[in-house]
Amino acid sequence: MHKVLLVIQREYLARVKKKSFLIATLLTPLIFPAIMAVFVWIAVEEKENQSLRVIEVVDETGLFFMESSEQYAFSSSGKSLEEAKTLVNSGERYGVLYLPKMELSAPQGIQFYGMENPSTSLIGYLEGALKRKIEDQRLYAKGIDPIVLKEIRTDVKIQSLTLGEAGEEKITDATVNYAIGFLSGILIYLFIFIYGNQIMQGVIEEKSTRIVEILVSSLKPFQLMMGKIVGIGAVGLTQFLIWVLLVSTLSTVVMGVLGMQMPQQQAMEMANPELMATSPDTGQLGEILQVIHGIDFVTLVAAFVFYFLGGYLLYGALFAAVGAAVDAPSDAQQFMFPITIPLLVGYMGLFVFVLQDPGSSTSFWLSIIPLTSPIAMMGRISYGVPYWELGLSMGLLVLGFFGTTWLAAKIYRIGILMHGTKPSYKVLWKWLRSSN
Amino acid sequence: MLEIHQLNKAYGSHKALTDLDLVVPQGGIFGLLGPNGAGKTTLIRIINQIIEQDSGEVVMDGQRLSGESIRKIGYLPEERGLYKKMGVWDQLIYFSRIKGLTASEAKQRVQLWLEKFDIASWKNKKIEDLSKGMAQKIQFIATVIHEPRLLILDEPFSGFDPVNAALLKDEILELKKTGTTILLSTHRMESVELLCDQVAMIHKSKKILDGSIREIKSRFRPLEIRASIDQLNQELPAHWQVESREGGRVELLLPVNGQSPNQLLQELMAFGQVTSFQERFPSMEEIFIQQVNASGHA
Repeated sequence: MHKVLLVIQREYLARVKKKSFLIATLLTPLIFPAIMAVFVWIAVEEKENQSLRVIEVVDETGLFFMESSEQYAFSSSGKSLEEAKTLVNSGERYGVLYLPKMELSAPQGIQFYGMENPSTSLIGYLEGALKRKIEDQRLYAKGIDPIVLKEIRTDVKIQSLTLGEAGEEKITDATVNYAIGFLSGILIYLFIFIYGNQIMQGVIEEKSTRIVEILVSSLKPFQLMMGKIVGIGAVGLTQFLIWVLLVSTLSTVVMGVLGMQMPQQQAMEMANPELMATSPDTGQLGEILQVIHGIDFVTLVAAFVFYFLGGYLLYGALFAAVGAAVDAPSDAQQFMFPITIPLLVGYMGLFVFVLQDPGSSTSFWLSIIPLTSPIAMMGRISYGVPYWELGLSMGLLVLGFFGTTWLAAKIYRIGILMHGTKPSYKVLWKWLRSSN
Repeated sequence: MLEIHQLNKAYGSHKALTDLDLVVPQGGIFGLLGPNGAGKTTLIRIINQIIEQDSGEVVMDGQRLSGESIRKIGYLPEERGLYKKMGVWDQLIYFSRIKGLTASEAKQRVQLWLEKFDIASWKNKKIEDLSKGMAQKIQFIATVIHEPRLLILDEPFSGFDPVNAALLKDEILELKKTGTTILLSTHRMESVELLCDQVAMIHKSKKILDGSIREIKSRFRPLEIRASIDQLNQELPAHWQVESREGGRVELLLPVNGQSPNQLLQELMAFGQVTSFQERFPSMEEIFIQQVNASGHA
């Protein structure tokens, strides 16, 4: 046992002492906010610098009056379509909105002319505005006063709450849950890949330099493999803890400077307009804080650490086995498929199924099956998961870990001493079946 | 020191070792000879407990091999390597501790060896910054740092330049003097003739010959006699092979063909003044080939 500790210690110190570790650990927490800051900055700049685009309205019905916005101005000077088109060609107008005579109950033939392909946001804006105008016109035709109409128009926002078993109510917010699931899922995915690869590289190094022969004469291959996996895992955990500390310190400082504004939150929404559409008024920071407050952080953090480590250990053994089977990193590609595919399924599943509908049966299975659960379950957990599901998923993950480790140890034990032959899946199968 | 009884090991249908018996006496240098693929590395791996035998046993100092034995064995694998990114000091400490030394013992011995090789200034250098010869020295220290009683060297001279090979040879002889038993495995049989006290030859998983070098050589009759004569006075018989001829001075090889040296000498004396006359024993390689042919599975 004491020799395993030596291995863990070596794997840990050899990596933590490297300059690249220090740089990656210190810079990464700065890089993400920096990238987001750049996005925000670009978005803000673009909005400010955008010149007003003038759109000529050729309205043959005489019913529409388009209101100008920050970006678009509408001019209705009663020109013909052909005249308007020449204005566009000469660059005086950005585009032409052509409204032919039409039946208001079934509007058809509305066209937009421009020198370039109009953005979807412009078309969406025009469609929305026209729809409202046509509806107004038709309501007016049915005898409803525009003033009454204006009064009737109401803004609706739904506040969603979940009911606890004890009857307590929590304000929830899909955006916050989405962000938490998204971030923790991706972190686990990246962690498994980055550190799994380090395990593989480490095993290949020891194998190709024959260090492994010296080590294996002193301790069992299984001890060596586990020592390496645990040591590298500890490196990852250290890095992660430093990140958490740095990010929280940085955020506190930044929040202090910006007067209680969370830059990441804003940047996220800037970078993801889809999120913006689904989110309620984000200006109300209080409500968001309340939502964040409502999330069960103890469960969340505990689950994160569990799936973080569980997923890493499950895949770590497989990475070690691949490293043991080959002579050089370039040969490893062919055996990476069985590892990469379930990881990718978990990753894609997180976006396509889990974050869209955490309660669906696909999401359920993705978060139960050990190969995908570390990523998929993190997408569900902030929405709240029944304890029996969590227990089942965790239990299976532990079993899965024993399974892959047992499998990997068999390949590892034989593979590390094999040189010069390029093993195929058939050979690996033979190694798996050999009893000794 | 080391006794091996009826050792068998097979990889699937391929036999790597068949009923191998071997006795390595205490002290001295024992050569394990045989071509590539004969089973040498398998045997070494079993002694090092890297793999397990199918049957048979290895006894060291009267006891079956166990985890305890590892401390007594030092092993230099054929292809060498160290952690490239790790410093000299950390690396040596790690290997000594893996072999079972305590932290303070390890520090003391590493310091001692670094001073002995006059390389204490490399302490913090990484292996990748060292030349190949320098790295080989570190590797050698890592092999002997725990003062093993049995040192196993697999093809120790491959990859060494002549200067470093000589250095290594000196170091091996030094260790022999201190009573370390050295097991040296190689397929280049000529390289060990001068170094080894005893050898065993392995061919296709079986031992085909063992004993001390002198004993083996005396067992094998000399093949020919190297002689030189001066003042040649008549033509030499055609079956005597002339190696060089300079005026009346001739060097030649006389095939023995069952004659005794004295008979040959007498025959030779008739041709002129014999200035040298020496039996040429077969080299270990020739003995090996002869033995393989004799045992009928070439």
